[in-house]
Amino acid sequence: MLEGYQRNGAFDELIDGSGVPRYRGLASRLNTLNFTDLAVRQKTAEEHLREKGITFAVYGHSDGTEKVWPFDVVPRAIPSAEWNQVERGLQQRIRALNLFLDDVYGPKHILNDGTVPRELVLTAKTYRPVCEGFRPPKGVWTHITGTDLVRDKDGAIYVLEDNLRCPSGVSYVLENRELMKRVLPEVFLGASIAPVEHYPEQLLKTLVQTAPQTADRPTAVLLSPGIYNSAYFEHSFLAQQMGIELVFGPDLVVADGYVQMRTTTGLQRVDVIYRRIDDDFLDPKCFREDSVLGVPGLMEVYKAGRVTLANAPGTGVADDKAVYAYVPKIIKYYLGEDAILPNVPTYICDEPAECDYVLSHLHELVVKPTNESGGYGLLMGPTASQAERDACAAAIRANPRNWIGQPMLTLSTVPTVIGDGLVPRHVDLRPFILYGDDIFVLPGGLTRVALREGSMIVNSSQGGGSKDTWVMLNELAT
Amino acid sequence: MLSRVANCIYWMNRYIERAENVARFVDVNQSISLGGTPQWAPLVYASGDEELFSKHYGEFSTENVLRFLLFDEQNPNSILSCAKYARENARTIREILSVSLWESINRFYLRVRDGMAHSDAVLQNPHQFLERVKRSSHQVIGVTEATLSHGEAWHFARVGQLLERADKTSRILDVKYFILLPAASHVGSTLDVVQWSALLESTSALHAYRKTFGRIEPKSVAQFLILDRNFPRALRFCVVQAQASLHEITGTPIGEITSPVTERFAALRTQLRQTTINDIFNQGLHEFIDGFQDSVNGLGSEIFSAFFDTKPIETTDVASDQKISESSFSQTQTQS
Repeated sequence: MLEGYQRNGAFDELIDGSGVPRYRGLASRLNTLNFTDLAVRQKTAEEHLREKGITFAVYGHSDGTEKVWPFDVVPRAIPSAEWNQVERGLQQRIRALNLFLDDVYGPKHILNDGTVPRELVLTAKTYRPVCEGFRPPKGVWTHITGTDLVRDKDGAIYVLEDNLRCPSGVSYVLENRELMKRVLPEVFLGASIAPVEHYPEQLLKTLVQTAPQTADRPTAVLLSPGIYNSAYFEHSFLAQQMGIELVFGPDLVVADGYVQMRTTTGLQRVDVIYRRIDDDFLDPKCFREDSVLGVPGLMEVYKAGRVTLANAPGTGVADDKAVYAYVPKIIKYYLGEDAILPNVPTYICDEPAECDYVLSHLHELVVKPTNESGGYGLLMGPTASQAERDACAAAIRANPRNWIGQPMLTLSTVPTVIGDGLVPRHVDLRPFILYGDDIFVLPGGLTRVALREGSMIVNSSQGGGSKDTWVMLNELAT
Repeated sequence: MLSRVANCIYWMNRYIERAENVARFVDVNQSISLGGTPQWAPLVYASGDEELFSKHYGEFSTENVLRFLLFDEQNPNSILSCAKYARENARTIREILSVSLWESINRFYLRVRDGMAHSDAVLQNPHQFLERVKRSSHQVIGVTEATLSHGEAWHFARVGQLLERADKTSRILDVKYFILLPAASHVGSTLDVVQWSALLESTSALHAYRKTFGRIEPKSVAQFLILDRNFPRALRFCVVQAQASLHEITGTPIGEITSPVTERFAALRTQLRQTTINDIFNQGLHEFIDGFQDSVNGLGSEIFSAFFDTKPIETTDVASDQKISESSFSQTQTQS
């Protein structure tokens, strides 16, 4: 089946430069299938997803509010030795970023001695003055992180984004694995793959470990903005898997100094809120007044240490794309270590010299707003029209703080079923990291794939799909 | 459990049951109409949606009425709308449903959508589609029995299902009443027996009725569907079982009156125990059914205020004047 496969010049995760499979066992098992088989399996998978209602919502999409999650049956493999390195790199990064958050909302050493420019941090829209002087239980700010990694042409893995707010996608990691076992069981034969099924258990443990000290047997809930949110499937999936209540804002109320939920038998205290709504909407008395998704008075209870919010409000400042450029320095500053995982080189438009560089190299850079996610507001310099580049340049001049530039990377590819053939499609990788008493990294993570030829935009809101991700325990990369 | 969740599971089941009963309505009317003059208007009258119907259709043709009852999204009680609302409610509380229960509701909805995609063919010959709707509903009920813990959520689901069913069985009886009214001379004729049999068939009651009463007589059929203690679609059965579930929820002995809702249940149950079929016919079947439907609606409102109503809570913070919007709790509810 892999016979006619043509690489496209990027690093390919399955086939190396001389056309030899990196994982011989996996390749030979894939080769036992023909395209007719594969097409049938692909259909079975899609049918299964529709029946199970595994969907995501796309804002502004007119064809109903839900779309089935696009899934590709060819897995993306990672050798375990390489994975170990990634895991250590992520642990290091998360440890440093939490120390950074503790510091910028506390004594501000790193700003006072100029290692990170004070202005850059304090002017970030995601900096929350209300959190100053507050320290969450055990100093954990980012209970759940979904770091975006990419592999460039040179084969090196880079951190693209940190995603420290409400990263989503982990439910698809679990569902993809389940689906693969159902539709392509033979591909698993003889392979030893790191399991992912224990994630909900780890997540629940993390939430309980970071509960307020005063809570005896902590009650955790998941706070969702509701069924029209693009990640609603994930919210209900995780709540069900952990056996905790899924609540909406109006289910919660502040009474007697605690957060409580309204039940058929009266109010019941809540100790930990795994919140999947943004800081802005958490508490209309503290942030956006017009929010109906949050809980009035929540922040006051939070600051009194009577409820834990996961993730903590204010973490957004550490995944601001301009602050991102300083993460290697942040790691060095707090841990005295060099970063294990490199950053993508980043030009901060707030620095005049770097801004000039970005403006004169728009045709070869990716330009990103510093405070957006989901691939919104991006400019892909090489493929954009002159008019798009001009509009972007004007936006940068108007507010340089809002923009960064990065060289255009060539994301690695994985063979992907398109039509009746296997073709290379670009992928990224989002591992999930939990921080409670210690730092747990889920093996593998979510591999997102850009289904359009040549596209590097993998976001599900913009035509991306996903693949199962295998950390190979017993197969050596060649 | 959360009030909102209890509300959703209650309505989820009401909508599933409602969809099944609309299918039963249409089915019985289809059978009654074949070999006679088709009468579709009574169906719309019995569901209480005649105003909405006249606004959008006008003529009570077979096709108009079927389209209205099966696939009209503007009709909140059409099979399509019910399937949609049931799924919407289920999706909102997916984390408390068993995986297979969610899947069976999702499949229900997908099947109805599928029928909608071939609506012209379905309207020509709706039988197969209606069968599929009934079977899907039974599947949901079976999966609920077998995979959901019989705790609070299950009892709320059951109360919703039984109250809806009681209401709809009474309406099916009413359809027959409307159809027969202009031709009272038919009573006891062959045609009459055919029609009453069709009615029993549509409530899956024919065999059970035969075993209890043998010959088909209008009064006995009414007695069976209203007063039988063991038949699961009979009014009395539904009320008794719903009351049992309600007392499981409140944790009080059956019949003990501790609130307006327990009081209403006790009263309705007593009425069904003491009334005879002769009383009902003397009073007028239609009048009795009207009264019964009022009682069921009353129970629905009492259940809402006892368990689901999220009154604004006095917070300890004096400055708080935020009133919680109740609209988000009722947005997927409509009552017929």
